Amino acid sequence: MKKFLALLLAFMLVFALVGCGDKNTDDDKKEEEQENENEVQVMSYDEYMAAELDSEVVVETYVQAKQAWAEDKATLYTQDENGAYFIYGMACSEEDYEKLTVGTKIRVTGFKSEWAGEVEIIDATFEIIEGNYVAEALDVTSMLGAEDLINHQNEFVSFKGMTIEASTDAEGNEAAFLYNWDGSGEEGTNCDLYFNASIDGQTYTFTVESDLCDESSDVYKAVQALKVGDVVDMEGFLYWYEGVNPHITSVTAATEAE
Amino acid sequence: MRKLHKITAVMVALAIASSVLLSGCHGSKDLGTFEVPEEFDTSKEYEITFWAKNDTNKAQTNIYEKAIEDFEKLYPNIKVNLRLYTDYGKIYNDVITNISTNTTPNVCITYPDHIATYLTGTNVVAPLDNLFTDEKYGLGGSEVLFDSPTIDEIIPKFLEECSISGRYYAIPYMRSTEACYVNKTYVEALGYELPEVLTWDFVWEVSEAAMAKDEDGNFIVNGQKVMIPFIYKSTDNMMIQMLRQMDGGYSTDRGEVLIFNDTTEDILYTIAEHAATGAFSTFKISSYPANFLNAGQCIFAVDSTAGATWMGSDAPLSDISEDKFVEFETEVMTVPQADPDNMQMISQGPSVCIFNKEDPQEVLASWLFAQFLLTNEVQIAYAQTEGYVPVTSKAQNAPEYTDYLSRSGEDDSTYYDVKIEATKLLLEHTDDTFVTPVFNGSASLRDAAGQMIENVTKSVRRNETVDDEYIEELYADITSLYHLDQTAASLGKTDLGPLPKTSVALLATLGAAWVIMGVYVLRGAIRNKKNRSK
Repeated sequence: MKKFLALLLAFMLVFALVGCGDKNTDDDKKEEEQENENEVQVMSYDEYMAAELDSEVVVETYVQAKQAWAEDKATLYTQDENGAYFIYGMACSEEDYEKLTVGTKIRVTGFKSEWAGEVEIIDATFEIIEGNYVAEALDVTSMLGAEDLINHQNEFVSFKGMTIEASTDAEGNEAAFLYNWDGSGEEGTNCDLYFNASIDGQTYTFTVESDLCDESSDVYKAVQALKVGDVVDMEGFLYWYEGVNPHITSVTAATEAE
Repeated sequence: MRKLHKITAVMVALAIASSVLLSGCHGSKDLGTFEVPEEFDTSKEYEITFWAKNDTNKAQTNIYEKAIEDFEKLYPNIKVNLRLYTDYGKIYNDVITNISTNTTPNVCITYPDHIATYLTGTNVVAPLDNLFTDEKYGLGGSEVLFDSPTIDEIIPKFLEECSISGRYYAIPYMRSTEACYVNKTYVEALGYELPEVLTWDFVWEVSEAAMAKDEDGNFIVNGQKVMIPFIYKSTDNMMIQMLRQMDGGYSTDRGEVLIFNDTTEDILYTIAEHAATGAFSTFKISSYPANFLNAGQCIFAVDSTAGATWMGSDAPLSDISEDKFVEFETEVMTVPQADPDNMQMISQGPSVCIFNKEDPQEVLASWLFAQFLLTNEVQIAYAQTEGYVPVTSKAQNAPEYTDYLSRSGEDDSTYYDVKIEATKLLLEHTDDTFVTPVFNGSASLRDAAGQMIENVTKSVRRNETVDDEYIEELYADITSLYHLDQTAASLGKTDLGPLPKTSVALLATLGAAWVIMGVYVLRGAIRNKKNRSK
């Protein structure tokens, strides 16, 4: 009797759990077949760059950094040996997002788009595939201000020997960095940091994007500790917003040139 | 036998624990109903938190900080901690998270749509009706230590927007509407003259005319490779206003969704037609209208009047470099209308709500601070940071404010003409403004309204066909994505029909398991009784 009861309860539990599922395997197969029919050829970086805006693109690339995840959408900085792809708002569960570590290879299907000068892939889906690659930072210091800098858009890059210049907020107050672009933010609110750095007499603006590197990150703290006149080396992603707008991931005291 | 007793006990314990846990999912411990205290206790210290939004505008941050400083001088026993956000959505998400842990802020800048969701918790938001009219601490009350407006001095239309289900849960803080910032120079270069009231027909016609190119592929009107004649920042507002102007359905006051109708379909076809030629785009697809307008790459840029300082050749704020600016004359006009004789435009802008707390004195302290935000000093200073309008007639009629309005164009900062013209636009059209009904789910409906425009625009750019089949599928996708089939249901208005078979099976199985366990326990008890009687 006891055994019978235990078995009965166990069966009921299994039955109840099965009842929670609602998968129709036939439908799944049909969807899969349909997806295969619609499959687009994987593009090289050059083919991707040549593709029209708003056209469908498929690329295989490697995760270099994760900017944000919210409401089942992920934003990633990715790159292969030939160039970089910024992927904005890609459909991604939280569970899958955890699987995307630096170097993970993914096949991304989405649409090529441009927003304020930033070329990106939007409305994308992805799958993780075999492979791993982590990009070395490309030193673009000498390309700052040059027209061909845009050819390295979204790549992981470095800037060497840059001097921190004063930033000025909307009221004319000077500081080594600002909370928000005009100084309207404040410490402890995880807002973006903006700071200026110069080389060869030209000054450029850099950003610590708080979604990518929040206020607990080393780079956020390093920028908060900057002083005007500091000479630093930096690494980050060559993001674009109405012109070059690097998203910095590391700031260290400049090493002496050998 | 003892083992099975243990199993039964464990299962019963788990069931009880589950019930407790599951009931915990429904929110925090309920707070009591707020009653206005007889006296404000000045002998006790109160620390309140104020969550506010600035438009990443340093001047606005400064005004909040000064308001707090001035208020704390008047009420030394109240300390106000400011937390700044740059996004209303983030405030909303944080409030929702904090409701379950009873750690909501005391005072919060918000939108009525969001308050409707907060109200799904019991006594989470303090109703303000009794506070408004309290003789001592109410609006213009005898014991209030600053010159606060009376209830009659709050613009009735703006105050009414803060009423949800017949009770006030917020006070208006600032009001704005949308404006169409027009490159008048290009309109005239195309051979058109701006009408007194901008209409959709006019905007579409001029936008299409602006698409003409020369043999080198440059747009004739600006000589550049880029031209998006008509860009809309908030497509939510675009759809809402078009429906209102064209008498199409949106929702009932009770939350029934009416948006999937023939008028909406006509609107989407029109938008598809002009998105296909490249004459129309949106902020989400192409970026800020101001950046295109100021670079001479847009003719009709629709954005909030609270974004006026970014608009025009001499805009004091800008995201584009100076070398990209072009010179043109900016005309600030109302959003395009379907019927110039019956103008309709959205009323928007932040309101302030107060969260209920266990200590009514703390709520009263919060109310005093919220009320302080309605003083002329705060209202006039904040309104001047953008194309905002003060929400009290007391501030609107104050000599320093009328002086400010009269000095339009004196400089490109405080008296920037585009900003002041945008402000005047709302002052002159306050009676033409409207708001959409507020209910639990109204924020989702608003998002859905805009998303339909975004989807159609994207689709035609990607050479997809927008036809009846497309629209039908779009309606279904949007309904599902924004849970619009549950909006009215949450108010108990919709018959959900019979339970799905799987749910019936699950419930029946669980019921059967409990019955068997009950029988088993009962049988054990009877046996024990028999054994004892032997």
